[in-house]
Amino acid sequence: MTETPLLELRGIDKRFGPVQVLHDVALTARAGEVTALVGDNGAGKSTLVKCIGGIHPVDAGEYLFEGRPVQVHSPRDAAALGVEIVYQDLALCDNLDIVQNMFLGREKRRGLVLDDATMEEMAAATLKSLSVRTVKSLRQKVSSLSGGQRQTVAIAKAVLWNSKLVVLDEPTAALGVAQTAQVLELVRRLADNGLAVVLISHNMNDVFAVADRIAALHLGRTAAQVRASDVTHAQVVELITAGRSGDLGLQDTSKGAAA
Amino acid sequence: MTALASEQPEQPGKTEQPGKNGTSERTGEPEKTARPTGPGLAELGRGYLDRIRAGELGSLPAVAGLVVLCVFFSLLRPVFLSNLNFANLLTQSAGSIAIAMGLVFVLLLGEIDLSAGYASGVCAAVLAILLTNHGWPWYGAVAAALLTGAVIGLLLGTLVAKVGIPSFVVTLAAFLGFQGVVLMLLKEGTNVSIKDPTVLAIANNNLSPVLGWLLLAGCAVGYAALQVRRSRDRSRRGLAGTPPVLLAVRIGAVVVLGAVAVDLLNQERSRNVLVSSLKGVPLVVPVIGALLLLGTFTLQRTNFGLHVYAVGGSPEAARRAGINVAFIRIAAFVICSCLAAVGGVIAASRGNSVDPNTGGSNVLLLAVGSAVIGGTSLFGGRGRVVDAVLGGLVVAVIQNGMGLMGYSSGVKYAVTGSVLLVAAGVDAMSRRRTAQR
Repeated sequence: MTETPLLELRGIDKRFGPVQVLHDVALTARAGEVTALVGDNGAGKSTLVKCIGGIHPVDAGEYLFEGRPVQVHSPRDAAALGVEIVYQDLALCDNLDIVQNMFLGREKRRGLVLDDATMEEMAAATLKSLSVRTVKSLRQKVSSLSGGQRQTVAIAKAVLWNSKLVVLDEPTAALGVAQTAQVLELVRRLADNGLAVVLISHNMNDVFAVADRIAALHLGRTAAQVRASDVTHAQVVELITAGRSGDLGLQDTSKGAAA
Repeated sequence: MTALASEQPEQPGKTEQPGKNGTSERTGEPEKTARPTGPGLAELGRGYLDRIRAGELGSLPAVAGLVVLCVFFSLLRPVFLSNLNFANLLTQSAGSIAIAMGLVFVLLLGEIDLSAGYASGVCAAVLAILLTNHGWPWYGAVAAALLTGAVIGLLLGTLVAKVGIPSFVVTLAAFLGFQGVVLMLLKEGTNVSIKDPTVLAIANNNLSPVLGWLLLAGCAVGYAALQVRRSRDRSRRGLAGTPPVLLAVRIGAVVVLGAVAVDLLNQERSRNVLVSSLKGVPLVVPVIGALLLLGTFTLQRTNFGLHVYAVGGSPEAARRAGINVAFIRIAAFVICSCLAAVGGVIAASRGNSVDPNTGGSNVLLLAVGSAVIGGTSLFGGRGRVVDAVLGGLVVAVIQNGMGLMGYSSGVKYAVTGSVLLVAAGVDAMSRRRTAQR
């Protein structure tokens, strides 16, 4: 792997008042790959995602995008780079239809008037590029969609803007078996289309189903970032719970905590 | 107006039953999204029925109520159907419809403006004082009244959006405050009469019969052209559009209903033609019509309107999408108070004067009732400007019909209150139904 990763974080520190949430965290995400970000509750996954998305500025560390160091201070900066984050609560308007939700805040206009036809075409093209077949009409309201379909709309919204990195925060947490499979298929397709995908998940089955690499956080530190094919299910669970697994992970956690 | 109401079946969305998602999603036919073809009439009808079953009633209860009430009253009191009464109905309801149109914007955000009635009173008082006491020309006075409305809206909106006081409390305080302002402006309750012929014309004059027909023809042609152009554009791009049959029915309905109304209004309705002739479309009808078009355009076709719906549906989602939520809130209050000012001008014109009761007593509740009865949700995110017109007509028919039947004001208020309660109940239940999925 000699090519530069799309996103590379090095030595990220983040503290909220007296609480240091992230210590010296590193994470890389490559185009065309799904990088799973795993860790127990409170390991710092959400904070790290918010740092990537520009919601929380980092206290220290390097944020490299396409090999160049960049400053991300706001969600707008992140969006300008091509970073889109799909949060767990999706943030869709139930009373609007699929097209309106996908373009919300960035509507296409012809003069004063909304250009509905163009937006519908673009939305249809995006969904088609993701091979989404589950949505019958683009003009149906989001309130009439199932959980999996909503997730699909939220992901399609993130992809619509020629984004390069899509971060998904537990996209399958609230879904049934069939819908989970569908969303995972969609996640895989995003990577196959050449995007870098960071997938946060608690579910090892999901992680091994789609991820190329796995980054494990343990108490705010990077335990390990490994290829999914190089580790077993049990090793990843150990990395999550203990921060180490044999040769992998934080070798001396007591020394690490003191440092 | 009724044609705008029938925009409902336009979106050919077939609501999916949640239960069968698991299977249908896996085996979904790829053709559906890949090449959207125009849905058949049957499919459109089924989609509409599905939406109604899902609790999205839209304007259906208001239209049905209007038809039932009209049949009921005309059977019991044939005079209800007379030309004179029809024209009266329209002029009676105009002021409260204008206020209700403004309230739709605020209700869409899930907020309320309890002070809209007295805000219209303040604006009417400003109008009357400038016209009568200071001798301003009508355009200056009307502009000042509208400006007063805008300032009131800016104040209320800022208190709600920036300071963060619940709109219920802000406007309840303003309700009392504006009542006081009206009293102060009118020097403790004197009655200021209005003599300016232009202002009086708004609610009291009629278009000449020829002008009425011309106006209808213009509206019909414009409406048809817009609908056909939009449908052509969509089908050229291969997007699912409205089938031509439905389009023709919709345009036909506008023309027929409009023609019947204009014909009725153009007939002589003076009791004694020798004393004075009274015929033609009341001037308030095109005034309300223009406001309806402007409001509908703003809400349905501009991104401002879309953002109003978005903030009403989910303020958090709107904020994350980069929408300036505070600006949308303030703007909605400004629009509401400006339309209240229009309502005040119409009320002043109709009453030939302004007194401390202008915009008081039941004006606000009838206006809120109009919007809700028309199908605008009190929970925000759902509603259209045409709801205010339909609901306003329902309220006016109840008031007018019961008056003709000789019921006292007490009974009329009680019945109107019950109808509002029923409408709010329907709103709450349909919301529960949509939330259940």
